Amino acid sequence: MASVSAKSKAAASPAAKRAGKPAATKAAPKNSTSKAASPQELKHFYREMLLIRRFEEKAGQLYGMGLIGGFCHLYIGQEAVVVGMQAAIGEGDSVVTSYRDHGHMLATGMESRGVMAELTGRSGGYSRGKGGSMHMFSREKNFYGGHGIVGAQVPIGTGIAFANQYEGNDRVCLTYMGDGAVNQGQVYESFNMAALWKLPVVYVIENNQYGMGTSVQRAAAGRDLAERGYAYGIPGEVVDGMNVLTVKAAAEKAVAYARAGKGPYILEMKTYRYRGHSMSDPAKYRSKEEVNKMRQERDPIDNVRKMLMDAGITEDDLKVIDRDVKDIVTDAADFAQSSPEPDPSELWTDILVEA
Amino acid sequence: MPIEVLMPALSPTMTEGKLSNWLKKEGDAVKAGDVLAEIETDKATMEVEAVDEGTLGKILVAAGTEGVAVNTPIAILLEEGESASDAKPAPKAAEPSPAKEEAEAEAPKAAAAPAAPKASVPASDEDRYFASTRTQTVREALRDAMAEEMRLDKKVFLMGEEVAQYQGAYKVSQGLLDEFGAKRVIDTPITEQGFAGLATGAAFKKLRPIVEFMTFNFAMQAIDQILNSAAKTLYMSGGQMGCPIVFRGPNGAASRVGAQHSQCYASWYAHCPGLKVVAPWSAADAKGLLKSAIRDDNPIIFLENELLYGQSFEVPESEEFVVPIGKAKIVRAGSDVTIVAFSIMVGRALQAAEKLAEQGIEAEVIDLRTIRPLDTETIINSVKKTNRLVSCEEGWPYAGIGSELAALMMEECFDHLDAPVKRVSGADVPLPYAANLEKMALPQADHIIEAAKAVCYR
Repeated sequence: MASVSAKSKAAASPAAKRAGKPAATKAAPKNSTSKAASPQELKHFYREMLLIRRFEEKAGQLYGMGLIGGFCHLYIGQEAVVVGMQAAIGEGDSVVTSYRDHGHMLATGMESRGVMAELTGRSGGYSRGKGGSMHMFSREKNFYGGHGIVGAQVPIGTGIAFANQYEGNDRVCLTYMGDGAVNQGQVYESFNMAALWKLPVVYVIENNQYGMGTSVQRAAAGRDLAERGYAYGIPGEVVDGMNVLTVKAAAEKAVAYARAGKGPYILEMKTYRYRGHSMSDPAKYRSKEEVNKMRQERDPIDNVRKMLMDAGITEDDLKVIDRDVKDIVTDAADFAQSSPEPDPSELWTDILVEA
Repeated sequence: MPIEVLMPALSPTMTEGKLSNWLKKEGDAVKAGDVLAEIETDKATMEVEAVDEGTLGKILVAAGTEGVAVNTPIAILLEEGESASDAKPAPKAAEPSPAKEEAEAEAPKAAAAPAAPKASVPASDEDRYFASTRTQTVREALRDAMAEEMRLDKKVFLMGEEVAQYQGAYKVSQGLLDEFGAKRVIDTPITEQGFAGLATGAAFKKLRPIVEFMTFNFAMQAIDQILNSAAKTLYMSGGQMGCPIVFRGPNGAASRVGAQHSQCYASWYAHCPGLKVVAPWSAADAKGLLKSAIRDDNPIIFLENELLYGQSFEVPESEEFVVPIGKAKIVRAGSDVTIVAFSIMVGRALQAAEKLAEQGIEAEVIDLRTIRPLDTETIINSVKKTNRLVSCEEGWPYAGIGSELAALMMEECFDHLDAPVKRVSGADVPLPYAANLEKMALPQADHIIEAAKAVCYR
């Protein structure tokens, strides 16, 4: 009978109410954008998203030139997610994510130079060239990586939240994962413990529709991924991840919930990556039309651009930002090519903390 | 015929227990299923139920008796029409079980541990702490190490399955919940990958978790987090993300628990840069090394052994006593052959050394204590003296610790060797359940004696 009572309990929770009507795979869920954003704020979002986009385009170029090796997973198309989420957290809050991590690092305020130089494997990189695209960290910015094993960052983010609770501060940890990770067992082990101990963690599922080449429909049973925490009593919400304002509004709610000690919260961001899974992915599992349609109709940067124009910001104003961003990225790329390779002695350092 | 109620074996490794309490008294009628008595095993307090109907005729072992061997008659159950006088006088004790025999043979006399050496064992910084000692089991020593470190540093906490309310599946964490509370002694769900990863995240955030695996067999569920997250992140982050964490629990064969629950992981973890791997034998080393492990800023794999938990040794009284990680110990000095062992194999190596001495071969026994980083200096210096090496491990031979020692000998001691290295190890098979096969699969003192004689050409 235990299962019956659990079910009825869940039905009474706000989480289950949200589950009511499955939105399933329909794009553009309707979310509130709470209050209208100021032109100031919109400009900030525009700049942040554009920086990520231009940075990633440059990374793609450098990859093509053979300056970046290995895996390189670009974030182009998904910029509204990290920029919106970041707007809802503050000093001391932490971020951890998977290997599609360049955007997250830039959003936390990590330097473009250091990130790009890590991509080129140079001593000026955040991990001094020893981590690469998937493994960068910044204690200063509370960015905890950069993890290459699908789903492995989820227990880690849960543990960061555990540490916050243990230390008695009110900080939260944003723990990002992709739609592919959501099928990993350790994600549910984490959901269970986070809900059991009411840990201050917000799980952000970046549903970009494809886990490498497999669409969500072919990989994930059930309805919205946001519902994956319902069995544990974790509220979940589907969010239009192509709109930075809806992301921010949802993030504020989720972060406030976690910060208040009510436990974890799940946000499923419906988003889209324009590029392949990694640089070596030709993305033949979807049509050009699908990608083009998304770019033309839903692009997060174009969205904000329109909002800014509507608010009376001129093309010239935006050009200033465009130029500024371009300069930052050019400078980062120059630095990433001129920074020396790590000294051979680096091979043997940082294996263990020396007493 | 009156029925003898025997002291039951209530865990795979139980050889004796305490008869804590009788719940029936002489003359009481008993039905099958009634609880007769409470028995404290090496792991828990268990109830003994009657399996037959009758009257409790005579209690043979009084409540409060400690060290009652498995299979000792503890009471007489009378069937209808019988009287207590019908019962034969009970034998003093039943035949000891094979497990008991082995445990006794393995357990060195507490006062003599670490085995009184004939030749002189080199002095070390640790010696001064042994001026004042108490006799403790490995289990108690481990608990004290955790308790002492938790008192010193509020960032240290213990997490694992059954560590809190149950007091530890093997009673290692007994009493810690009472002292430190539920915030710092945390029962987890049975989700090794999840809580190993969670603790790793907490360590990145500068807490100092001790993660208990009920046994290391279950840590295979978590090995991705241990290697890919805990061990590698310092390097991948260019030195930013240290991970001060201890993963501990019993490792290796227990007793008759089959292939999935009997495996030595020493060589698995020792293979990996970014980890330190520790495997103590004595209670003193267990305590001193666990304290060092908790204070270390790196991820530590701390391999315990279930069969050693109940063994007693002399442990320094001082809370200052710590054993440095990366330092082996010569537990018996000798000149003819070097025997290298760790964890439970140290006891067997010492037994072998005593028998070898009777045959005129003086073996030097080295307890590695730490598997990674390996104390190559102590091993090499010993072999320069004895010119022979026998390695002992319970794990499989293929790519085992013995293979590593053999490679070390080739690279560093080639000109000093008078015989090829011999490896004593577990048989290269999944551990069988049958008592005879299990015994064959695990390395015993006789195997070590045989190997030592072979390298001495005797």
